[in-house]
Amino acid sequence: MPKIKLSQRTIEIVREICASFENNEGELINVLHETQHKLGYLPAEVQELIANELNMSVAKVYGVVTFYSFFNMIPQGEFPISVCMGTACYVRGAEQILHEIKRQLNIEVGQSTPDGKFSLNCLRCVGACGLAPVVMVGEKVYGRVAPQQVRKIIAEYQEGCVKPEKHEM
Amino acid sequence: MDMINLTIDNRPVSVEKGTSLLQAAAEVGIKIPSLCYMKLHDLNIENKPGGCRVCVVEVVGRRNLAPACCTDAAEGMVVQTHSMRAIHARRTVVELILSDHPTDCLKCAKAGNCELQSMAQHLGIREIHFEGEQSTFREDTSPAIIRELNKCIRCRRCEMMCNEVQTVGALSAINRGFNAVISPAFEMNLDHSVCTYCGQCVAVCPTGALTEVDHTGAVIRALSNPAKTVIVQTAPAVRAALGEEFGGEPGTLVTGKLAAALRRLGFNYVFDTDFAADLTIMEEGTELLNRLTAYLGGDKEIKLPMLTSCCPAWVKFFEHQFPELKDIPSSARSPQQMFGSIAKSYFAEKIGVDRKDLVVVSIMPCVAKKYECSRDEFSVNGNPDVDFALTTRELAQLINLANIDFNSLPDEDFDHPMGDSTGASVIFGTTGGVIEAAVRTAYEVFTGKKLARLDFTELRGMEGLRHATIDFDGLPIHIGIAHGLGNARKLLEDIQKGTSQFHAIEIMSCPGGCIGGGGQPYHHGNAEILKKRQMALYREDSGKPIRKSHENPYITKLYEEFLGAPMSEKSHHLLHTEYFDRSKK
Repeated sequence: MPKIKLSQRTIEIVREICASFENNEGELINVLHETQHKLGYLPAEVQELIANELNMSVAKVYGVVTFYSFFNMIPQGEFPISVCMGTACYVRGAEQILHEIKRQLNIEVGQSTPDGKFSLNCLRCVGACGLAPVVMVGEKVYGRVAPQQVRKIIAEYQEGCVKPEKHEM
Repeated sequence: MDMINLTIDNRPVSVEKGTSLLQAAAEVGIKIPSLCYMKLHDLNIENKPGGCRVCVVEVVGRRNLAPACCTDAAEGMVVQTHSMRAIHARRTVVELILSDHPTDCLKCAKAGNCELQSMAQHLGIREIHFEGEQSTFREDTSPAIIRELNKCIRCRRCEMMCNEVQTVGALSAINRGFNAVISPAFEMNLDHSVCTYCGQCVAVCPTGALTEVDHTGAVIRALSNPAKTVIVQTAPAVRAALGEEFGGEPGTLVTGKLAAALRRLGFNYVFDTDFAADLTIMEEGTELLNRLTAYLGGDKEIKLPMLTSCCPAWVKFFEHQFPELKDIPSSARSPQQMFGSIAKSYFAEKIGVDRKDLVVVSIMPCVAKKYECSRDEFSVNGNPDVDFALTTRELAQLINLANIDFNSLPDEDFDHPMGDSTGASVIFGTTGGVIEAAVRTAYEVFTGKKLARLDFTELRGMEGLRHATIDFDGLPIHIGIAHGLGNARKLLEDIQKGTSQFHAIEIMSCPGGCIGGGGQPYHHGNAEILKKRQMALYREDSGKPIRKSHENPYITKLYEEFLGAPMSEKSHHLLHTEYFDRSKK
C-alpha cells in the first residue's frame, strides 16, 4: 500500500470530526461516514489517525471499514457510481446494468476512470427495492434503470454538473 | 437468587437466572458439542459469538433451533440437546465448515489437537455434501507465530484474547461474507503490527490457523552436527505441564524425567533456566533495592514502581503501547537471555568452546521467547545468545520423534553449574512467583535479617490483579501483581496518571503466568489445568533444600569467578538491556 503523508489541514479535519463525536469509540461508524464525506475516501493513514483519536485499535477500525461496502480505501471518482446488487435489484437485471457501465467507462468494479471523473462500485441494497434495479451516482438515486439508459445517465455528468465539494489531502 | 427450572433431555434442571443452555446442560453432566464457544473459569474469559452454530438444540415450542451457548435458560423450557433434528443440523454446520477447509490433516501442525478434527470425528462425518469455492488467504510467518488463514473457522477466540483479555489490538475480524477473516490492520504481516507474540491466540485457536514457528528441525540439525556443542535450558513452567503431553494428569511434576529426556535427545549439557532465574533475582532484586534506597533518600530522579521484565510479550507490549514508561521496568534481561549470555561467555570459556560452536537451545512454555531470542540486542556479532527456543509442545514432539518412552524414564538431575537452582526460581513460572522470589532475597539483603517464613501466600492466587503489602522490618513495601496484559494495562494507566502506590509490580502476559503460556500443552478451555500446574510449582518450591536465590552456591560462585557483584559493569553488559519506542507516535 503506497504511503501518503497527511497534510496538517487533513489531520485537523479528522480531529475535528472525532471531537464532534466526543472521541467516542461507539461513534466509529459515524466518524467514518463524516470523514469519508469530507475527504472522499479513507486511506490507511486516516484510519490510523481515527484509531488514535478514538483510543481504539487500528485493526478494529480497518475491520469496520472493510465490513461495510460503503467505505472506500481508494480515492473515488468525482462522481462515484454504485450499482445495487441486492436481491431485488439483482433479479431485475442489475448485472446487465453493471456490465453496460463497465463497458461504457472501460473500468472494472473498484476502479476509477483515468480522468478521475467516475468510479464504480457495487453495493447491497439502498432500501429502494421498489425501484429495482437501482443505480446511485453520488447521492442521487436512479430507479428502474434499463441498460439503454446508462449512456444518458453518464452523459449527465460528463457535461459537468455542480462539482461536489471535496477536500484535497 | 432467582432460580430457573427447566427440563433438559427429560431431566429436571434448576439454574441461576442468566445461565446459558450450554452451561445449564453441563451442570447435569450433559455435554452439548460446541466449537467457537470457550470459557476459562476464574479468569473471566469467555468467548460466545454464537457464530458456528454447532451447539444448536431443540427447544420445544420454538420454530428454530437455538444456539445453546447464547440462549438463556427460561422457566419451564423443555430442551432436547440431541434430537435427530439437532444432530442433523449440527452435522450440516460442520460439513459446511469443512467444505471450505484444507484437507491436509495428515501434515497439519495441529493434527491430533484440532478441535474441528475432533468434532468431525465426534459427529461421524465421512462425507462432505457441499462443494464450492476455497479460501485462498496468503500465509503469514513472523518470528514466533504462523497464520495459515485458510484453516480459520472464524470462531473469533483469537480476536477475543487479543482485544479483550490482552488489549493488544493486533487482530480484528475484517471483510465480510466469504472473505471475512481475522487479520491485523490493512492485512499487514503480524511482525509489522503491534502483536506482542504472547501466543494466547495460538493457545486458543481450535484449528491449525494459528501455530508457533517450528524450530524442531533446526534443533535436530544442530544435535546431529558433531562440530557443535549443544546445550539446553528449560523454563520453570515446562516441568509442570510437559507430562500432560504423555498422558499424565495435569499438575504432575516431571522435572527428573524432563532432564533425562533432554539427555537422551543428545544435548551435551542439560541445564535449567531456573539457574538464570536465580541470577535474575540477584540483578533485579539489587536494582529494586538500589532504586528503593535512592527513592527513600529523596532522589527525585528515581522512578518507582519498578516493573519486572522477564516476559518478552510484556516488554513488547509496553514498547508499543506505553513507550513513555520504558524507563520504569527493570533493565534486567529475562532468565532465558541471562542464561544465553552467561552460557556463551562464562560457560563457553570454562569448557573451552568458541561461542560460534556453542548452540544454546531453550525449552519454553512461551511463543514470544522465539521472538525474544531473535532480538538484535541479544546477539554478539550476529551470533545469538540463545539460538533456538522450543515450546513445551515442540519438545514433546521431539521426545516422541526420538522414540523415548517418557513415562518410563528415570528421574535424573540437571548438570552443574547452570542446572542448579533454588525454590525461588521454580515459582517464576506462575503469576506472583517472580515477585515472591524477589521479596525473599530483597528482604534479607535489605534488613540483614533471616526471613521467619518463606511462603508469601498473600502474593499467590489466580485473580488477574492482586496487591499486597510486605513488611520489610518496619518499612511497608507495596506490591502489585498483574497477569494478562489487559490487567497490566490498568496498572500502567495508574502509573501514567501518577496514582500508582506500588513500589514494585510483577507483570506476566499470559493468564496464570507462564504456566498458561502460549507454548504449553493445549488446555482446550479448561482453566482447572492452569491451577493444577500452579500448585505443582509451589510443591516443587517447598521440596527444594534451598529456597532463596541469593543462597544458590553456584550463583555465588558465578559472581566470585566472573561477574564480580550484582549490577557490576560486567553484569550490566551481560545481564541488562534497554527498551525501544515501537509506537509510531
